[in-house]
Amino acid sequence: MEPPPARGRDVAASKRESAGEEAELELGLGLSVGGGERTGAKRGARAEPRGRILTARDFPSSVGTKRTADESVSQEGGGGSPTSGSQVVGWPPIRAYRMNSLVNLAKAPRAEDDLSPNEKGKSKDGLEDKTRAGGKADVDGREQKHIGFVKVNMDGIPIGRKVDLNAHACYETLAQALEDMFFRQAKTIDLTGAEENRQVKKSSKLLNGCSEFVLTYEDKEGDWMLIGDVPWGMFLTAVKRLRIMRTSEVNGIAPRFQQRSERQMRKPI
Amino acid sequence: MNYFPDEVIEHVFDFVTSNKDRNTISLVCKSWYRIEKFSRQRVFIGNCYAISPERLIGRFPGVKSLTLKGKPHFADFNLVPHDWGGFVYPWIEALARSRVNLEELRMKRMVVTDDALELISRAFVNFKTLVLVSCEGFTTDGLAAIAANCRFLRELDLQENEVEDHRGQWLNCFPESCTSLVSLNFACLKGDINLAALERLVARSPNLKSLKLSRAVPLDTLQKILVRAPQLVDLGVGSFVHDPESETYSKLLTAIEKCKSMRSLSGFLEVAAYCLPAIYPICSSLTSLNLSYAPGIPGSELTKLIRQCRKLQRLWILDCIGDKGLGVVASSCKDLQELRVFPSDPYGVGNAAVTEEGLVAISKGCPKLNSLLYFCQQMTNAALQTVAQNCPNFIRFRLCILDPTKPDSSTDQPLDEGFGAIVQSCKGLRRLSLSGLLTDQVFSFIGKFAEQLEMLSIAFAGNSDKGMLYVLTGCKKIRKLEIRDCPFGNIALLTDVGKYETMRSLWMSSCDVTLGGCKTLAKKMPRLNVEIINENEEMEECIDDRQKVEKMYLYRTLVGPRKDAPEHVWTL
Repeated sequence: MEPPPARGRDVAASKRESAGEEAELELGLGLSVGGGERTGAKRGARAEPRGRILTARDFPSSVGTKRTADESVSQEGGGGSPTSGSQVVGWPPIRAYRMNSLVNLAKAPRAEDDLSPNEKGKSKDGLEDKTRAGGKADVDGREQKHIGFVKVNMDGIPIGRKVDLNAHACYETLAQALEDMFFRQAKTIDLTGAEENRQVKKSSKLLNGCSEFVLTYEDKEGDWMLIGDVPWGMFLTAVKRLRIMRTSEVNGIAPRFQQRSERQMRKPI
Repeated sequence: MNYFPDEVIEHVFDFVTSNKDRNTISLVCKSWYRIEKFSRQRVFIGNCYAISPERLIGRFPGVKSLTLKGKPHFADFNLVPHDWGGFVYPWIEALARSRVNLEELRMKRMVVTDDALELISRAFVNFKTLVLVSCEGFTTDGLAAIAANCRFLRELDLQENEVEDHRGQWLNCFPESCTSLVSLNFACLKGDINLAALERLVARSPNLKSLKLSRAVPLDTLQKILVRAPQLVDLGVGSFVHDPESETYSKLLTAIEKCKSMRSLSGFLEVAAYCLPAIYPICSSLTSLNLSYAPGIPGSELTKLIRQCRKLQRLWILDCIGDKGLGVVASSCKDLQELRVFPSDPYGVGNAAVTEEGLVAISKGCPKLNSLLYFCQQMTNAALQTVAQNCPNFIRFRLCILDPTKPDSSTDQPLDEGFGAIVQSCKGLRRLSLSGLLTDQVFSFIGKFAEQLEMLSIAFAGNSDKGMLYVLTGCKKIRKLEIRDCPFGNIALLTDVGKYETMRSLWMSSCDVTLGGCKTLAKKMPRLNVEIINENEEMEECIDDRQKVEKMYLYRTLVGPRKDAPEHVWTL
């Protein structure tokens, strides 16, 4: 069902070649000069050698902005080929309304995640909670925000990310997504090969306690809580933002954490 | 010539529905012109600046159903400034003043204010149908006015509009006496919805056939609605996430099974894949399925679903379905006529994308295919030639390769031959959008073979003025031509100026036409409005005729330059 990954790489290569200029078309997150999600459009001119000016792929809305003086790349007159798809205003030709909705579009959970019946059962209570009594409009119109994108920060990395909680129905996929976001990219932040390896070893499950890092969240009352204790749906109603915390900092809840991590390791995953 | 009284002739004319035919009838003689004029009810205005409301009313005083289109097509892609124009208020005001008995209003790419909606709701007693597509400028307050005041409202259809949500109780504004609704689409609204009001509205609308919900409507409300309205033919699901073990979910299953008339599904604006089996029972009768706004459904789930939709005629889907998934479509949906594949990740490197393989598979399995919109990573001439051979019935063929100047991915050649095969084989082709690496040659093919072509969209293509000239001279029926980032200049623009009066409009942006060329054209053709759009402020200082214009939009008109253009839009 998935197209061969090699093709993707070829496409990227030919895209760069046909670009004419040296488009720094890296698609991941790194330390961003000029920071923030919306500088994607200004990418070409300011890319660092380490290729770290990147668009967080979650925000294609840069195409919706009017052309600024900086985006001079492709507009010198006819026939100029664009340096890359996303630097060209109005390309690809997708209606702005649809583009905006793509921001909410989750990337399909990788590995064709059909939730197993086990997992469905596990999150049963959570899903009951999620039945909109708390989530959406009440008759008196009490304001309830859509749980959507929440901030994620990781200790040691100054620039945060955002993750769409709507794209996940359980902790497993969320943790997987965060690992992909932070640990795979973390490789490229470091300069030496040695560091790379070390980072790679770190990228083990955030949930089962084997990692140097632990996934926590700040709830509505401002407290930092360990992820995984409450049913998923309840978590969604409580979460304000996420933090990938060093295990060493999880002092106060360490005993519980260790107990829990032992439980997790015994659970079939 | 007239041996019959007027009423009889009028009755005969009632059977002539096509506007084209009615226009022809009007030319026969004065009395037919008169009879036709007073009996014309449906009027279509493809460019709201081609005519004025006063002239419309003068020409067809009996108009009941009006369709208005405003901004040029490329406004969809943010190429047109927001304040460019397309205001509907003057139209409403004029129609109201003249006491036109308006019943239906359909608008596309127009600026619609709350005032306009309010005026519609008050001025036209028999108002029945409001359809807004890609419009902006209004809020839920305007919707409240429509709901409250249009006593015989049948259709309220909001498609892909930018609506400011004031979180009011607009749904509550439908009075208890309103029982006439046939179609309600508010899928594009972002704010909260009064669910109880929605349920009550559905309960008292026995004629409701089409209902499209916004994301704020959860699954349990959907279940209750379906219990009330099993007669629905067309459903847009809002949120579709629930615990499949719950009672609500099993009630939903029961409700869905009773929806024997369901033929069209869309929405799923929020969806958990494990809930999808709930709709399996109705899949076998579906003729239309739009999952292009449904986030995060894995390809495997998509194919499981589509395998059961053997009667599908229209499918809108995201490219997460992949080439293999399209293969499943090809083997399951033999009646498929329209396919749209949208990119889920427009700037990505194509992890979940489709290629020429998917399209070829579709062409082999679905010979009835006549309408295509396909966003893909790559394409080859060979694939296009195969597609052309398998599917000679294309009316609309729109191909968008995400990298707009990408050549044939296996030969590195331009895609001229491939598109050439399409236009040669598909003799009924009316709409075509090109992409990929293309030279003047493709335009030579188009000019030679695309005899029925009415709309052509070109980007980053061609080598010289010859390209554009091939099209202008060859395509006799071309009505809308939109070009961006192509090396076409004044020679192409000015060679046959009379051609533009036979067309609705021409858009050229980031091409080689200069201000001088545009001025020349405007001077020669007084019945064209030649608009120059310059958002770059520096242009105002150096108004040199040799300067290339950023954006030019010209259109034929009977009413001269418009008076509502903003500062940076000049009509020459």
